[in-house]
Amino acid sequence: MIYADNAATTKMSDKAIETMVSLMKENYGNPSSLYEFGQKSKEVLEEARAKVANAIGANPKEIYFTSGGSESDNQAINSAAKAGALAGKKHIISSAFEHHAVLHTLNKLKKEGFEITLLDVHENGLIDPKEVEDAIREDTCLVTIMFANNEIGTIEPIREIGEVCKKHGIPFHTDAVQAIGHIPVNVVDDNIDMLSASAHKFHGPKGVGFLYVRKGVRLFNLIEGGAQEKGKRAGTENVPGIAAMAVALEDAVANLDTYGKAVTAKRNRLIEGISEISHSALNGDAVKRLPGNVNFCFEGIEGESILLLLDDKGIAASSGSACTSGSLDPSHVLLAIGRVHDVAHGSLRLTIDERTTDEEVETIITSVKEVVEYLRGFSPVWRDLISGKREFIL
Amino acid sequence: MALYSEKVMDHFRNPRNVGVIEDANGIGEVGNAKCGDIMKMYLKIEDDIIKDVKFETFGCGSAIASSSMATELIKGKPVADAMKLTNEAVAEALDGLPDYKMHCSVLAEEAIKNALDDYHKRCEEQQ
Ligand SMILES: Cc1ncc(COP(=O)(O)O)c(C=O)c1O
Ligand SMILES: [Zn+2]
Repeated sequence: MIYADNAATTKMSDKAIETMVSLMKENYGNPSSLYEFGQKSKEVLEEARAKVANAIGANPKEIYFTSGGSESDNQAINSAAKAGALAGKKHIISSAFEHHAVLHTLNKLKKEGFEITLLDVHENGLIDPKEVEDAIREDTCLVTIMFANNEIGTIEPIREIGEVCKKHGIPFHTDAVQAIGHIPVNVVDDNIDMLSASAHKFHGPKGVGFLYVRKGVRLFNLIEGGAQEKGKRAGTENVPGIAAMAVALEDAVANLDTYGKAVTAKRNRLIEGISEISHSALNGDAVKRLPGNVNFCFEGIEGESILLLLDDKGIAASSGSACTSGSLDPSHVLLAIGRVHDVAHGSLRLTIDERTTDEEVETIITSVKEVVEYLRGFSPVWRDLISGKREFIL
Repeated sequence: MALYSEKVMDHFRNPRNVGVIEDANGIGEVGNAKCGDIMKMYLKIEDDIIKDVKFETFGCGSAIASSSMATELIKGKPVADAMKLTNEAVAEALDGLPDYKMHCSVLAEEAIKNALDDYHKRCEEQQ
């Protein structure tokens, strides 16, 4: 199998697996227990915290372990909203193409009386920091903008947005689930107050993540209970998972340069090869995008059938078509960058990593070309397009 | 567990009756690009029998398989039988579809009804 769906999840690194297994076998103590065996787990936990903090330029005291990206997003946003409400501020700024973990949380807050401004992400999938500044009001209590988009891979001007927020004294949260371990992130240089991350996107285990909260930013609980995580996140810690996340992140960050260069070169070859398909278009900025992300729309065909045929050829990929999601609407991300329904249904996301070989890249290009041509061969939409009955969009 | 039954995958991978009938006397098209599935059916009817049927589909796996199965179910049958084709029959013949994919089989039923309507309209015009 050629695995080209690393944005969905990644293969765990051997080191992460070994760390996890050995802790499960030998170090099963509860870090809250006072005896030596429990305290050993506590040590493992704090070592992991230090590693994670170091990877993003934070202080270990600013790291809270969670169950993943969704929980981190929920806690960060709900917490900032609560702090805002207490100060009479109920306006939040975000973007139209955030992950559902953010958008659905914002929708819930909207029903509770918050006002939400969703910024335009333009045709290239990039938010303009100037527009963030223009949207700021007296009662704005949070700006939450993702670091990199999970579908089209665009990397947002986080440092500049953070600067704007800093200037106006507004807490800034970023969903960095797709960025962490893939591109450099430094919470101090990038002016970030809160950041969400998820281990399974950087070769760590599923169901583990963390939330960074800058010292001085108020944090409310999502999960009440024991005093774990300084009382901010109850529940016996997933020590093996957390330790595995920390080693995976340590490795990913140590190799960022080589990873970035190698994967970007392969990505660019993929984009070049797939661009040869007529009436296709790359989604999202060609340069300001994650090293491994390729996302195309093909006119006249539908995404799920592309995926199924690629699967038959041994290629695992993803699409933003409606029929892959169970709703009638295609991906909100593609609609947000202005792709009309007709072409948004025909999208393909390929997310490669450092394990993807040059040979696999060529196989993907050939296979995608074959599949697109085959499906267009019996598409009534394609027939109308080439006969001039319908106008090409791409 | 696979998303689709073996039957669905078989019809998706090797769709029956794909293409166009140049001298069709009943053509139906349903769906729109907005919802993500479009089906076009071509019928060649002689003596009230569906002599030939072909389809073109823009859509997901279930849409393509439903079109293919629907054509199989009506080929060689009297028009009156084809009129009675239901989406449930199409889905059943495919060994079932996931709930949220049932709308694709509805489109197959509608495409055939649409093509039959077109055929009847043409007959009336000729008389
Ligand atoms: C941008 C983004 N945010 C949040 C999440 C949710 O992360 P998790 O699966 O760890 O809850 C994902 C994962 O799909 C993501 O890509
Ligand atoms: Zn469908």
